[in-house]
Amino acid sequence: MAVKSNWSFRMTPTRYFLAGLSVLALMLMAYRLVFGLGAATNLNDEWPWGLWIGFDVLTGVALAGGGYSTCLLVHVLRIKKFNSIARSAMLTSLIGYLLVMAGLFMDIGRWFNFWRPFVSWGYHSVLFEVFWCVSLYTMIQLLEFGEVATEKVQKSWHGLFKKIMPVLFIIGIVLPTLHQSSLGSLYVIEVGKLYPLWWSMLLPAFFLMSSFFVGPAMVTVETFLGARAHGHKPDLDVLQSMIKISGYLMAVYLVLKVIDLFYRGAAGLVFRGNLEGNMFLLEMVAGVIIPLIICFTPKLRTSKGGLLAFSVLVVAGVVLNRMNVVFTGMAGSMGGFYFPSLLEWGVSIGLVATGVLVYLFIVENFNILPQQHYSAAPLVREKKAVKHTA
Amino acid sequence: MSKGVLVDVTRCVGCGSCVVACKMWNDLKYTKEIPAIGKDARLAAENWTVVNKVEVKKGRKSAWRFVKQQCLHCEEPACASACFSRAIQKTGSGPVVYDAKLCVGCRYCMLACPFNIPKYEWDKTFPRVRKCQMCAGRVEKGETPACVGVCPAGALTYGEREDLIRQAREKINGNSGYIKHIYGEKEAGGTSWLYISDVPFEVLGFRTNVTTRPLPGYSESILRLTPAVGLGWGAVLTGLYVYNRRRNEIAREEKGNNKANKRK
Repeated sequence: MAVKSNWSFRMTPTRYFLAGLSVLALMLMAYRLVFGLGAATNLNDEWPWGLWIGFDVLTGVALAGGGYSTCLLVHVLRIKKFNSIARSAMLTSLIGYLLVMAGLFMDIGRWFNFWRPFVSWGYHSVLFEVFWCVSLYTMIQLLEFGEVATEKVQKSWHGLFKKIMPVLFIIGIVLPTLHQSSLGSLYVIEVGKLYPLWWSMLLPAFFLMSSFFVGPAMVTVETFLGARAHGHKPDLDVLQSMIKISGYLMAVYLVLKVIDLFYRGAAGLVFRGNLEGNMFLLEMVAGVIIPLIICFTPKLRTSKGGLLAFSVLVVAGVVLNRMNVVFTGMAGSMGGFYFPSLLEWGVSIGLVATGVLVYLFIVENFNILPQQHYSAAPLVREKKAVKHTA
Repeated sequence: MSKGVLVDVTRCVGCGSCVVACKMWNDLKYTKEIPAIGKDARLAAENWTVVNKVEVKKGRKSAWRFVKQQCLHCEEPACASACFSRAIQKTGSGPVVYDAKLCVGCRYCMLACPFNIPKYEWDKTFPRVRKCQMCAGRVEKGETPACVGVCPAGALTYGEREDLIRQAREKINGNSGYIKHIYGEKEAGGTSWLYISDVPFEVLGFRTNVTTRPLPGYSESILRLTPAVGLGWGAVLTGLYVYNRRRNEIAREEKGNNKANKRK
C-alpha cells in the first residue's frame, strides 16, 4: 500500500504478545456468547457473580476513576500544574469504561436483552442507576475524546467540540460520582449476607472515596509504564502533588472506616484471626496505612521509589477491597465453591491487553502527552519496521 | 388481599407429593444428580420446591423432621427491588413472579435474595432465573397452589396471610410443643409463606438472623438521595467552573495590564 498515512503503530514483541492475548480473548468471548455462561464459566447457583463482575466491572470502574478525578482537578478547579496528565488520565478512563462495558456484556446471561432497562425501568434497583450512569458516562467520554480526535480527523468539527466541552466536563463528573458510589450501594442490599467488616450503609461513600483516591495512584502507575514504553522521564513533581491529594482523602477514608466499624460494633471482628479479619487487615494496612505513611513522609513521597510504592499499594489495596466485597465477604453466606475458569481468566486478561494496545495506539497517534514529541522519531522508526515486516 | 401458605413442620410426613405436583404443574424435569426429596435435597433450576429431611434431637431420642422449601414470596421482595428491568414483580394477590421476556440475566436477584432462593439455568445459552411462582395463574383464579392442593398430611394451609398468622398464633400458643415463633411473620419484613415448628428454626436450616426491616428500604434510602446529589453536585461544579474560569481571565488580564504598564 503506497498510500501516505499519518497513522503509525510500531509493533514490538510485547505488542505482538498483547495482540495475541486480545485475539484469544475475542475467540473465547465468541464461544461464551454462543454456548452460554454455564459452559464458559465456573459460576454456579451459590456464586452467581464472579471474576467478570468482581474484576472487570467493579474493579475496572474504580481504577478508571482517574478520569473524573483528574477532570475535576484540571478543568473545574483549574489546577494548572496537572494539565500535562489530564488527557492521558481521561483517555485511560475512556478505555477502561469501554472494557467495563465489554465485560458487563459478557456477564449478562440473556445478552440479546441488554437494552431492556432502557425501556423497562426498574428504577428501584441500584443496578438501574449504575446501568444508566455507566452507559451515559461512556458516551460523554467518547464525546470528550472528540475534542482530541478532531485535532486530527474531521477537523471542521473541532470548534463545536471545544464549545460543548464545559458541559461535558460537568456531566462527566456528576455521572461517575453517582455510579462510583452506586457500585457500593449495590451491596447495601446484602445486609446480613456481606460480612460486617465490609457491609455498611456507608458503602457508597467508601466506594466513591476510594475510586477518587485511587485515581492519582493509577495515573502514576500508567505514567511510569508509559514513560518506560516511550523512553521519556515522568514528571515527578506533578505526580507527587497529585498524590498528596490522594493522601488527604485516604486519611479521611481511614478515619471514617474506623468510626464506622466502632459505630456498628464490628471493630472486634478485625483481629479475630479468621480469613475475613486478616483480609480486611491486609487491605487496610497495605492499601491505606502504609501508603499514608509514604505520602506524609516528604522524603519518601518525592522519591521515585516512594511514589511508585505508594501508587502500586493503593491500586492493589482498592483491587483487594473490591475482591473482598465480592468474594471474601460473601463466602460465608453463599457457601459452595468458585474459582474462575481458564476462559474467564482468558477474557479478563485479554480485555486488559486490548486496552493497553488501544492506549498505546492513541497516545502515539493523537496529541495526548503534549510535552512529548512523538510525531518525529517514532514515525520514522515505524516506517522502517513496516518495511522490515513487508 | 394478599394470599399466603402456612407450613406446619410438625405435620409434614415427607411424602414428597408437593414436589411431584410442583414438577407436573410447572413442567419441571427430574434429575438424579440434584434430588428434590431427602437429606441432600436442594433447590435448583428444575427444583422449585424440595422437601428436606433433617435429623434432630428430641429429648434423648433422635427424630426426623421434614422441611418444605420454596420461595417465601416476601411482602416486599428484595429480588424485585433489585431487578433493573422489572422482570420480577410482586402481584397484588401475593406471588412474586418472574417474566423471562424482560430479564437481562444479570443475576442481581440471586444475590439480593436474603434466602438465596432464585436459581439459574446454567446449562442454557440464554438462561432464565428459576424459582417458585406460587402458581400465580391458579391463585389468580381462586385456586390453591398445586403443592397445597395435594398435601395429604394437612401440613400446608392456604389462605389470607392475615388469617394464617392468626391461626398460627392460636396453634403455637395452644400447644406447648411449638416454638413460640412464626417464621416469616417478621423476617425480611414479612413473607407470604409462614412456618411453625416444634424444633428451633436454625436447627432445621432456616436463616434466623435475617433483618426484619424490608430489604428494598435499604437501597431506596440511598437511591432517594440520587436526584439531590446529582443536581446539587452539578450546581456546585458549574459554580466552581465559572468562578475558576473568571479568576483565570482576571489573572490573565492583570498580567497583560502589568506588562502594558511596564512598557509605559
